[in-house]
Amino acid sequence: MVLKAIRSIVTSNFVKMAAALGIVSGLSGAALVYVYNYSLPKIEVNIAADTERAIKSIFPEVLEIKPGVEKDIFEVLDTDKNILGYAFLAEGSGYQGVIKLIVGVSPDVETMKGFEVIESQETPGLGAEITTDKFRGQFKALGLAHAIEYVKGQKPTMPYQIEAITGATISSRAVVNMLNSKISRVRELLFKKAAEEQKI
Amino acid sequence: MIKDFLKGLWRENPIFVQVLGTCPTLAVTTKALFGLSMGLATMFVVICSSVTISIIKKLVPGQVRIAMFTVIIALFVTAADYFLKANFFEISKALGPYVPLIVVNCLILGRAEAFASKNGVLRSFWDAFGMGMGFTCALIAMGSVREILGAGTIFGFRVMWHDFTTWTVMALPAGAFITFGLFVGLFKMIDKRICEEKEKQV
Repeated sequence: MVLKAIRSIVTSNFVKMAAALGIVSGLSGAALVYVYNYSLPKIEVNIAADTERAIKSIFPEVLEIKPGVEKDIFEVLDTDKNILGYAFLAEGSGYQGVIKLIVGVSPDVETMKGFEVIESQETPGLGAEITTDKFRGQFKALGLAHAIEYVKGQKPTMPYQIEAITGATISSRAVVNMLNSKISRVRELLFKKAAEEQKI
Repeated sequence: MIKDFLKGLWRENPIFVQVLGTCPTLAVTTKALFGLSMGLATMFVVICSSVTISIIKKLVPGQVRIAMFTVIIALFVTAADYFLKANFFEISKALGPYVPLIVVNCLILGRAEAFASKNGVLRSFWDAFGMGMGFTCALIAMGSVREILGAGTIFGFRVMWHDFTTWTVMALPAGAFITFGLFVGLFKMIDKRICEEKEKQV
């Protein structure tokens, strides 16, 4: 009885279906491993080149980019090995999809050097204006003693304010929030590192 | 066989006649180049999955065939996505999530279910090739119109006069719908003319 039952289960449609799906999924997985191994190094090179290009446009006099305290934070050095500042990746949700920025700050994290948009899917003509010089220019040499704020439809009155893009407040706010949270994190990490170095 | 190929281009054009895969059609056709790359990626996936499915069609248990087709399609989509990321990084960034979303393009599952699972390998290949070609041409046509009016360029080359005022709406979703509607109408109109001509001859 029991044997008969087992046999009927093994030869049943259920097992056939499971086996067929299992085999196809297994083979697909194996094929993807090859594709992944082939493309991963190339993808990493592409991302690194993109980051480097962005850092170079923020710090034109850059000579050397060194990995910093954390992944995606870089120390930027000039020809005499003087530190020009720090560059780091900031990302967050925009109006549609993720916005990724490369941000540059001065060595004391007191002044902003600027940022480059390396990825965004914002609306053309509205949110996509975050990539223009007009918007990005406002962040050049912006003081960071106070968190960055945005104002709408008027000229900024305080030194830490920037003017949001008309009709694209969400994108402007996303950029400002990303910058504020990442800058304070970078500052914290750098202070911690400095404190540790002093102890030694 | 040549019929299998040609029907995808015109009479059963996946976008303008069957109205399949409209999501990428509307989303990525802001530039002709993006339309071309999306079309080629989709063509690769539809050809590979149709051929694979028509090879293994006898081994597929009927109840799980959709699940199986989806796994096979996902395999080729992921491969295409990684290939673009590795070799055409800028294009891959511009297309964003729409490359992985080829998995759910009903054009591909539709060809697998309606054609490849019932026909031989060669015919499935030509059918998929024709459909992919029709899809690509449609995307390029949409992308060209929207790029010319929305940015004044085509494939990045300036074609409009110097102080041409760009129609931003054409780069926005609304422009996609307008262009799409006009193309569908144009297809219907030409098709009607052809039918009338044939009737007259008879």
